[in-house]
Order: sequence, then structure tokens, then C-alpha cells
Amino acid sequence: MATTSTTLSTFEDALDSLGVDCTRTTAEAFATTLDDVVRDPAVGVPLPFDVDYPESVTVDPTAADLERASTGITPASLGVANYGSVLLPSTPDGAEPVSLYPELHVPVVRASDVVPDLPEAMDRFGEAASDRAESSIVATGPSATADMGALVLGAHGPEAVHVVMLDE
Amino acid sequence: MSKGKGDKAAEIRRLMATEGPAIEENTKGFNEKRKEAVAGLENYEELRTQAREIKEDAIDRLPELIEELRESVEENGGHLYLADDAADANRYVREVVADEDADRVVKSKSMTTEELDLNDALEADGTDVVETDLGEWVVQLADETPSHLIAPAIHRSRESIAELFAETFDPEDPPETADELTSFARERLGELIRDADVGVTGANFVTADTGTMALVTSEGNARKCAVTPDTHVAVAGVEKVIPSTDDLSPFLELLARSGTGQDLTAYVSLLTPPVDSPTLDFDDDETPLSERDSDRDFHLVLVDNGRMAMREDDQLRETLYCIRCGQCSNSCANFQHVGGHGFGGETYSGGIGTGWEAGVEGLDTAAEFNDFCTGCSRCVNGCPTKIDIPWINTVVRDRVNRGEEPEGADFLVEGLTPDEEPGGLDLDKRLFGNFETLAKLGSATAPVSNWLADTAPARWALERVVGVDARRDLPEFRRETLVDWFDRRVSTVSDPSREVVLYPDVYTNHVQVERGKAAVRTLEALGVSVRVPAVRSSGRAPLSQGMIATAEDHAHDVYGSLAEHVDAGRDVIVIEPSDLAMFDREYERFLPEASVERLQENSYEIMEYVYGLLENGADTDALRGGDDAVAYHAHCQQRTLGLEAHTVTVLEDLGYDVVTSDVECCGMAGSFGYKEDYYELSMDVGDDLAEQFTTPETGDREVVASGTSCLEQLDALLSRRPRHPIQLVAPR
Ligand code: SF4
Repeated sequence: MATTSTTLSTFEDALDSLGVDCTRTTAEAFATTLDDVVRDPAVGVPLPFDVDYPESVTVDPTAADLERASTGITPASLGVANYGSVLLPSTPDGAEPVSLYPELHVPVVRASDVVPDLPEAMDRFGEAASDRAESSIVATGPSATADMGALVLGAHGPEAVHVVMLDE
Repeated sequence: MSKGKGDKAAEIRRLMATEGPAIEENTKGFNEKRKEAVAGLENYEELRTQAREIKEDAIDRLPELIEELRESVEENGGHLYLADDAADANRYVREVVADEDADRVVKSKSMTTEELDLNDALEADGTDVVETDLGEWVVQLADETPSHLIAPAIHRSRESIAELFAETFDPEDPPETADELTSFARERLGELIRDADVGVTGANFVTADTGTMALVTSEGNARKCAVTPDTHVAVAGVEKVIPSTDDLSPFLELLARSGTGQDLTAYVSLLTPPVDSPTLDFDDDETPLSERDSDRDFHLVLVDNGRMAMREDDQLRETLYCIRCGQCSNSCANFQHVGGHGFGGETYSGGIGTGWEAGVEGLDTAAEFNDFCTGCSRCVNGCPTKIDIPWINTVVRDRVNRGEEPEGADFLVEGLTPDEEPGGLDLDKRLFGNFETLAKLGSATAPVSNWLADTAPARWALERVVGVDARRDLPEFRRETLVDWFDRRVSTVSDPSREVVLYPDVYTNHVQVERGKAAVRTLEALGVSVRVPAVRSSGRAPLSQGMIATAEDHAHDVYGSLAEHVDAGRDVIVIEPSDLAMFDREYERFLPEASVERLQENSYEIMEYVYGLLENGADTDALRGGDDAVAYHAHCQQRTLGLEAHTVTVLEDLGYDVVTSDVECCGMAGSFGYKEDYYELSMDVGDDLAEQFTTPETGDREVVASGTSCLEQLDALLSRRPRHPIQLVAPR
């Protein structure tokens, strides 16, 4: 099912209201776009899309690289338009920790993988869970806590999220 | 923490002063956001229905789902252990921890492990246990228990957390702002998670088809606990199992909205463990993540601990449909003022806490706080799985009254016999439960009874023997009841448009006779022929004391008296909203379906009925209008039934300028405010309403309220004497 432009603008609006930046880019412009988005040092896991990382990003980092990194770049399998959520699969190359430890997380989602709502997303997740025991995080905005008397971002996870939406 | 009478009042007073202010501010904030978040959801009711159906089905098929889940988990390479009770669950987790030679366990917030006292068990083995949820960590440092299902440190202000950190860690530069406190906690906890050997989490839902567990969180600590150490133990009650991943989305859409008013929390982890993520060693500067191994261990510990017995219990089963969103705590006025340390048991707190504690700990624990639920029903419409929370509390109260045996005799029948062996039921419960008898006696002997009840020795005796607080005014019984008055008068309607039966509730009949007379005059002025037969009280009073069999007895009698009128095409008009709510909700438990439907279809609240008559062309001029300024407080159960607007519209159509209280609760809820232990709490809750009605905008308005308890409470709170709205519109 093709993603409609209404779905995409709903997604962008939802991200906006979560305080999450979103940059749309093409495969050719991907590296330059990412260069502008990341805070150094940046680490990323290999992306399942036909794009190249810029020089500035350490691809497939070590755990020590990860600990030093300010930005983590990971693929998102889906976007959920009405909530501005992204689904982040846990992979053997470390997408889970890379999306969690650095202060800025940059999920990369294909525009064609943005679905309208949660039931649709869960439907797709359900298939992946039964086919290959997939684990995934539905991430909506940065990590947050209100336990210390006011809303604070970046409680344990990233304090900022910048979605890169890829037109392939 | 069993308490004697005076101690309980003192404990409530202490909690109201220390923890109350933070809890009130936070829970009210959650409520506001919930209302907005729910209003933004087009298919909210549909989702609730779906959620309810999924839970009913899952609990029904639980043993079979657990087996399916076992296969899924094992197929994925994990282990599932079904633990009978706390000791069994703790033993299993301790073994896993011992096998790993673990020095430190990091935990993500889990009420189920609180129920098991897992931390104590692990610490006894010398294991360092660290809670990583910021609120839960605060509670752990302070050596307290969580005071709310989802916001464990809700009772603490930022200042008190700052003090706690300063005392515990004595840092050079003590953190103060929320930002500073958060980064202080993140740094300390970050280090502890890094070197931990085992991560323990709860699970909000577990799907049988794939072995996927959903963890609903905001901070990211659950993800860190599950994935950073190479061993993950998830501990969850058996009731968390649902059939499939398809069933997740209604719960996910409802859970955060109902609790904190967020659309979705920041992270919903859908883990199908063991997860593929590589294990982490932050000192490793050689191996790229993709080449590190991901040799992970996963154990899912499903805990019975009384739940399977709850499943067999027709009354408590519904408790298992609870998804622990905390809405019923947030929306509860009493909870807002004392919080979960007063309104809670060993583990669970708030409205549904009684059901949980009765099921997993036993009646004694539930009994300690069960009285805090006044049955006001404010929580009912907000429960994502449509649990009748007040009913569960009533059932537990009934069982507490009877002692341990569910099949015991209903020892309280008719008559006020406080000098007889009370058979386990507190005298105060007998008194309030038998208010009808008391009222009959009071009217028969008025004014002597009123005078007598008001004398110092009588008040002293009432307080000492049955716990009626001496600071509370007693109702004044009227010598001539509404039924007597009506019997002696001649109807003024010659060619009636409709015929009705005005239901003479105990208060209207014996105490608030004026509002009954006003109702008769109003209906007749609108061309309606009225009858006021003597009918037994609805059973609300015994029900609210947990005397279910007595209440059921009333229900049969009331229906018996009214059925003939309904058959004759007469509508039943009810003045007291809590009685209408009784017909509408609780009678479903007592009467055959057809009977209850007939009664419900033909019963109306008085102002709702007046509204209907006027809508259908009755003459507004027949009623008393005015341009007076009015301050109106609707009754809690009237709001649950969606009946507030009718009163407001009628008053406005007649020219009144109406301001409504948005404070839902008067703090009284039936007999609650009479009881010595709860009097101060009742007044404290009521203060919010008093404040709204003493502003420059409302301070001079005539005060009107629909419910008896609200009228009494407003009378105690304000210097103006409140009236029922029908008294404003009735022709003189
Ligand atoms: S009973 Fe309902 S409202 Fe209360 S915590 Fe459970 S799910 Fe939420």
C-alpha cells in the first residue's frame, strides 16, 4: 500500500508537535543531509537502504565508540503518522543500544514505510514477530520523565530525536 | 499497619498534611490531560469495548494461553516459569541470579515484583538491587513504598527529592532543579546499569502467539535494563497474557491516555526475547558491535499468587482485567488528598487496589483501606477496560463484614439493634446501613428525637459507640413525612398529560421534605398526575456499608412496589441521584434482566424529567423563573450517568444565571463525612468545592445541589444554606 501525501504530512505535523525535527531527503543527498543533522562524534549501524553514510559517521562502531558518541543513527522499519512514532527493530549489529545511549538519536525511515496509525503498524510488527521473533521499540519523541517535579527530557535515553525521512 | 480508631484519623491527618499537596497537584494534572487526550480519540468507546472483550476472552482461556505462550517463548530460546506464589517466584529469580554469579541486579519499575518483595529476597542473598526508574529509585533511597500504580514517588515534591539526594549522597554541589536532579540520577544510575549482571523488568502485556512482551515506559531505563546485561528476567502476573500481537494496539492506545494523558509514552518496547542485540562491554574498543556475540538468556516468570483463584471468583474476576493505568486513583477525590500510603495496602493502591489486595494478600489487608472508596463512581467511566470498581469495593466490604466466609449468613436484617452482638459488623456500619429504620424512628418521635440527638451526652454516645463525628450536624427528622403530606392532599391536575410515581427516598421522605413537595408542585404545574406511594429505600445505604444481601432485599421490594406502576404506564421519578444510579447500575446485579430493563427505561431523575417535559412543549411559564445568580454543584453519580446538563439547561431556560462547579466531589459521599475517622478528610476534600463557591464571582450566588450528601456537605462548608434545584423552579 502506497503511503499518501496526507499520511506524510500528518507524520510531519505529529513530529513537530512532539518537538522532533524532521528532514526529508533523497538517496543522493543523504550523506550531505546527515552531515548537517548529526552532532559529532556520530556513530551509525549499517542501513538496509541504498544510501551512503558521510565520512563523519563511524559505521558499525565498537562499544567504546558508542559510549563516546553524541549521535546514534539507526534505521526505523516504520513510521506511525498520527503519533509521530518510529519503530526501531533490535538487530545483531546493535541498533537498540545505538538508538538509546547517545544524546541525539537519528532514526532513518523511508517515506514509503510511513503508515497511518498504530493498528496498521502493529499488524506489520505482528508478522515480523511471528516470522523471525522480531523485537522492536515504538519510540515517540525523546526519553522523558516527570518524576523530578517537572518534565525533563533525556531521562535515561536520548534527549533529542531528529527523524530523517528518505525518498528512495 | 492495623490501626485503632483514633490512630486512623491521626494517620489520615498526617498524610493530608505531608503527602497530600503533591499528590493532589499531580493527580489533578493527570486528570486534566486525560480528558483532553481522550477527547482527541474518535473511537475511544470502541477501543474500551475492544479492550474489555480481549481481557474477558484472555482470562477465560488463560490456562490454554499460558501453554501457547510457553511454546512460543521456548521456541524463541527463552524459559518460562509459572510460579505459584511469592516464595516460588523469588526462589526461581534467586537461582537465576546465583547461576549468573551476579553481584548487581538492575530493575525497571514493576509492581508485581513489589508484590513479591523480590528486592528483599535478593538483598538477603547479598545481591545489590538497584531500581532505575527515577521515581522508583527515589522511593528505594527513601526506604518507602510506591504510592501510586504508575507514579511511585508522586507523593514527593521536587524539594523533598532534592533534600533526599543531598542527605543520601552528600554531593559537593547538591542538585536542585528538576533538570539537575534528573542528570544527577541519570549519571549515577547509568554507571550502575553499565556494570550490572542481570536486568529485571515487569511486563505490561505478553502475547501468547509470539512470546512478545510489551513494556510501556517513558524514560528508556526498561530498554537499558533488558538489553545491557546479557541476562533478562521479566516478572509478570499471569493476567498479563493476551492472545496475540493484534490485540496490543487497543491497550497501547488506552494505557497512557488513561493514566497520564499522553497519547503514547515515549517508549513501548515490544521485546520478543532473547533479543538479537549484541551484548555490551563499554571497555571494548576492538570489536565492532556487529561482531560481538548476542548470547543472551531470557526468563519469563509468570506469577499466580492468588490470581488463578481470582479467576474462579465471579466477583473478583474483573480485577484481572485491570491494566494498571492508575486512572481510578487519579480521579478519586479521597486518593487525591491522602494518596496511596493511606488509600492502599501492602502493594496496590487506589480504587482497584482493594480488589488486588483482596486477591493477592487477603481480606485483612484490603480491609485496612477499603473504606476510602465511597462508591461515588467517578472512576467508572474512565476505566479503559470498563471495570465496575465501586462494585468490587462493595463486594470486598461485604466479605470483610462477614469475616472470611463468603457464604456466611446476612446477620443484619431489619431493625436497629446496636446493643446486640454485632456479628463482626462494625456498629457504625450497622447504623448507616440501617438509616431507613433510624429515619422512621426519628420522624415518629420528632421533634424529641432531634432534640435528643443534639444533646451533648447523645452526641458523645454516638461518637463513642458508633463513630459519628460530633462535629457534623445530624439530619433533622420531620414529624410529617412526604408520604403523609401527600396522602392528605388533593391533586390539582384534572386532565393529566402523563402519570408518574415520585419515588420517596428516605431523605426526601423524612428530612428534606421540602424538596419532595417542590417536586410534586412542579410536576403538577406541568400537567402531570403524581403519586407518592410508600416504597422501601433503594438499598443504597446498606450497599455502601457493604451489606449486599440487605441491599438486594431492598431491590426486590422496591421493584415489587414499582412494577405495578410501570405496568400501568407511569414513569418513575427519582429525586436522589444516588438512588437513580442504584437502579441504573447495581440493580443489574440483583434483579432479573427484564425487570431491571423495565425499571431503567421508565425511571428519570427529576430535573431530567422536567427538561423532557419542557422539550415536549410543556409551558415554561408554569414554573418559577428568575434572573437570580446560581452556583450549582452536580452529584458525582449524576455526572457518571451524564445527567448534569439537564439541570443546567432547565435553570438557564427559566432565566437563572448558572455557574457550575468543576470540582466533581463534595467530599461527603453518603455517610462518609459522618464517620469520625474520615470527618477531617471529608472536610479537606470539600474545601475545593467551598473555595469555588466563595470567589468574588460565586460568593453571593444561591447555592444549589442535587444530591443529599452534597447538600449536607455544602451546608457544613458554607454559611449559605443550599437547596435542591427543584426548589428554585417549583411554583410557590
Ligand atoms: S481498574 Fe481500570 S482505571 Fe483502575 S488502574 Fe485498573 S485499568 Fe486503570
